[in-house]
Amino acid sequence: MSVVLPLPSLVRAVKLRQHWVDRLAHLFIALIALVLVAFLASPLLAILLQALQGQEGQFVWFDNFVEYAKTPALLGSLWNSVWVSSVVTLIVLPLSFAFAYALTRSCMPFKALFRGITLIPLLAPSLLSAISLIYWFGNQGFLKGWMQGLGFDQIYGAPGIVLAECLAVFPHTLMILVTALSLSDARLYEAAEAMGTSVLRKFFTITLPGAKYGLISAGLVTFTLVMTDFGIPKVIGGNFNVLATDVFKLVIGQQDFSKGAVVAILLLAPAVLTFGVDHFVNRRQTAMLTARAVPYSPKPVPVYDRLMMLYCCAIAALMLAMLGMAIFASFATFWPYNLSPSWRHYALGLLDAEVGTAFFNSLTMAAGTALFGTLIVFIGAYLLEKTKGADKLHTLVRLLAVLPMAVPGLVLGLGYIFFFNAPDNPLGFLYHSLTLLTLCTIVHFYTTGHLTAVTALKALDGEFEAVSASLKVPFYKTFWRVTLPVCAPALIDMARYFFINAMTTISAVVFLYSPETKVASIAILNLDEAGEMGAAAAMAVLIALSSTVATLLFMLLAWWTNRRTQAWRGG
Amino acid sequence: MSQPPFLELLHIRKDFGSFTALQDINLAIRKGEFVCFLGPSGCGKTTLLRIIAGLEVQTSGRLLQAGRDISLLPPALRDYGIVFQSYALFPNLNVTDNVAYGLVNRRTPRSEIKQRVTDLLKLVGLPGSEAKFPGQLSGGQQQRIALARALATAPGLLLLDEPLSALDALERIRLRQEIRALQQKLGVTTIMVTHDQEEALSVADRIVVMNHGVIEQVGTPLDIYREPASPFVADFVGKINIVPARVARGELRFGSMCLPCDGIDRDVRVYLRPEDVLARPIAVGDPHVFEASIDKIEFLGSYCHVHVASPALDGHRLMVYLSLNFLSEQSLQVGSSITLKLLPERIKVF
Repeated sequence: MSVVLPLPSLVRAVKLRQHWVDRLAHLFIALIALVLVAFLASPLLAILLQALQGQEGQFVWFDNFVEYAKTPALLGSLWNSVWVSSVVTLIVLPLSFAFAYALTRSCMPFKALFRGITLIPLLAPSLLSAISLIYWFGNQGFLKGWMQGLGFDQIYGAPGIVLAECLAVFPHTLMILVTALSLSDARLYEAAEAMGTSVLRKFFTITLPGAKYGLISAGLVTFTLVMTDFGIPKVIGGNFNVLATDVFKLVIGQQDFSKGAVVAILLLAPAVLTFGVDHFVNRRQTAMLTARAVPYSPKPVPVYDRLMMLYCCAIAALMLAMLGMAIFASFATFWPYNLSPSWRHYALGLLDAEVGTAFFNSLTMAAGTALFGTLIVFIGAYLLEKTKGADKLHTLVRLLAVLPMAVPGLVLGLGYIFFFNAPDNPLGFLYHSLTLLTLCTIVHFYTTGHLTAVTALKALDGEFEAVSASLKVPFYKTFWRVTLPVCAPALIDMARYFFINAMTTISAVVFLYSPETKVASIAILNLDEAGEMGAAAAMAVLIALSSTVATLLFMLLAWWTNRRTQAWRGG
Repeated sequence: MSQPPFLELLHIRKDFGSFTALQDINLAIRKGEFVCFLGPSGCGKTTLLRIIAGLEVQTSGRLLQAGRDISLLPPALRDYGIVFQSYALFPNLNVTDNVAYGLVNRRTPRSEIKQRVTDLLKLVGLPGSEAKFPGQLSGGQQQRIALARALATAPGLLLLDEPLSALDALERIRLRQEIRALQQKLGVTTIMVTHDQEEALSVADRIVVMNHGVIEQVGTPLDIYREPASPFVADFVGKINIVPARVARGELRFGSMCLPCDGIDRDVRVYLRPEDVLARPIAVGDPHVFEASIDKIEFLGSYCHVHVASPALDGHRLMVYLSLNFLSEQSLQVGSSITLKLLPERIKVF
């Protein structure tokens, strides 16, 4: 007797025949998936494997972790990293919240100027603030005595790291909080007003709950940025060890790859946590604000506005003092004995120390990152958002596209060593090449570009592709004639973001350069190590200058493209 | 007239995970017909349209268009023009480029394209708007351009997905008449999805009323309105009064009313349109006349929705249409009593 079992899997799902243009879309998305697997997923897996391997490559489970936990010096670094990051977060969060509050909720003048000044730290590698602090408070600093009067023995070590990180992460924290505070519904305030609510109560019952998610997200981002920053502790940390410098010492100094991988995983933890919470928070934040919300516009209150402006002036002054000192020191003939201006450090840096080549490498890499990064990221986002079929590939790319947000540059760079330096990797020829540096930087900053592109694409009507198909126009023609021109402003934004970050990044590329492919930000680090502080300052200033020029050029490009492609917006 | 249908849907089913959006949809549409898919949101009408367009894939079932099996064809290989609620006009292209979008790809000569665009714009009532951008046009004008774009390639089938829902009330009425006139002029087979029953009643040759993924009724607007096949259709299309009743021994009884009715004894509900309850002329001795008192008057301009309650109906309330003139002639107001008459032949029982 046989029993016939129902076999639901035998009922085949109906699938439409594929048009060749659909296959083309699938081919492209497969290529992007391939790039992300090769240059993101594989290096990360390599770290994981490395962490579980002994010196001879044998599988040792968690022995490396246990050994790490038994090394007091390394555990000390972990503790240092955690408390320094916590202190910086506790200082920066209220400061930037007040600044964001002044920008969004007061009628003080010069808002754009203040906003612009706070962006200064983004234009140069983060270590610029560390170099500057050394000139202010270092052994031969201007204000050393003043600092010692406050009870600090010296700037090198924790105090310097905290102070420099505060300046360096301020714009990142501020950006999140400004967004959070701009997403407010004026109607809530009007309702509260009508019920005679006090200013303080309005702040605690409307403003603060409204910005809650922004504050959580800003706090986590700040913590992670400080925890994983390499440049600042390297320059001003002295004998104060943190995880980020440990990784470098373990891998480059002692060639202890397994322990390096363990530290990398420790660095990955807070970043992954931040990413998870941020993802959750973002969803909540957007859900809170309905389309009908009326944006809040502050009313002038002279005394309060003036107080806010004074506060912003103080913060802006700190930013300017930071940049100003670096510029001043870069021109000082012989610090601190002969402060008359000269080009000595620039000449030394560019010619004698061959930073000129490094600078050219930086520009090449930044241009490559801006061009290819924008191209890959935008096409990837377009295919994800606007084409159908190949669901598994879509899911894979969607996942990999947001993953870089959770991977600190240092960890990514380390993964690249493990993966591309492996003797049997056919992609090994890329190791030390500028191409790999460029690809690494693209992957490192992939997520922000991706999110920009997705936002721009989501603003387009979702039926363009359906209309095109009904008119028998292949999707790539619509992409070229409609999507690309409409998204031009977002594309330029992405290119600018890639360029500036490629100019200033240190963490990922510090593991990957060779003498021929050294980039400027690394060259600064080397100059500093060699005791050439003046030249290091000069080169940092040069990077800041080129970032500024690039920003202006991108703005000009945006203006020109807007005139050509956005005429329809005027109406 | 055994002409084969132009579009035939056979046993169409669509599942989204464990949710069944459409089950066993069978429908035949004749050439040149204007068909409306009508139903509440979530009834599957848009899904069905998107399956016809190839934008969604049916879980099972077949589609035949003009004798060709299109079940597995991707959108680009099917023959239709489509208009969406959101217009979906390309914002950076001007009106000419939008309308000519599908023509350019067919290597039509430039002069021919220009002529075709001019003709189409005249057809949709927007001559001279060639150089404008969509952003410079009103919603109704944009939808007309979208219509011209969909018609440019002279497709055999025109699909309209809630094309009027984003427009304001006046523009909606104007454009729906224009769409109907245009469709009759061109003779293009058209399917329009809508949740607005008035819209469907006013333009369609036939209406397909859908609910919970099944077709409740297919029929002409008058059929649907006068002879609803199910309580859902009766309730969804037009306004209707619902009164509980009982069938017993060949008679339908509700309140003091008593009408002949066949079938086994059971509890039923009586469906009665407001316009089938009359205030005049009332003949003396008519058994379907009853006295009622006015509970509420909803003023809507030339006529009013008047809610009445009657002991003859066990106190159940009815809504009837009375003209403003009648109300003022008879000096009727809330609390007044009024004599009304049912049209027994119009009563539906479910």
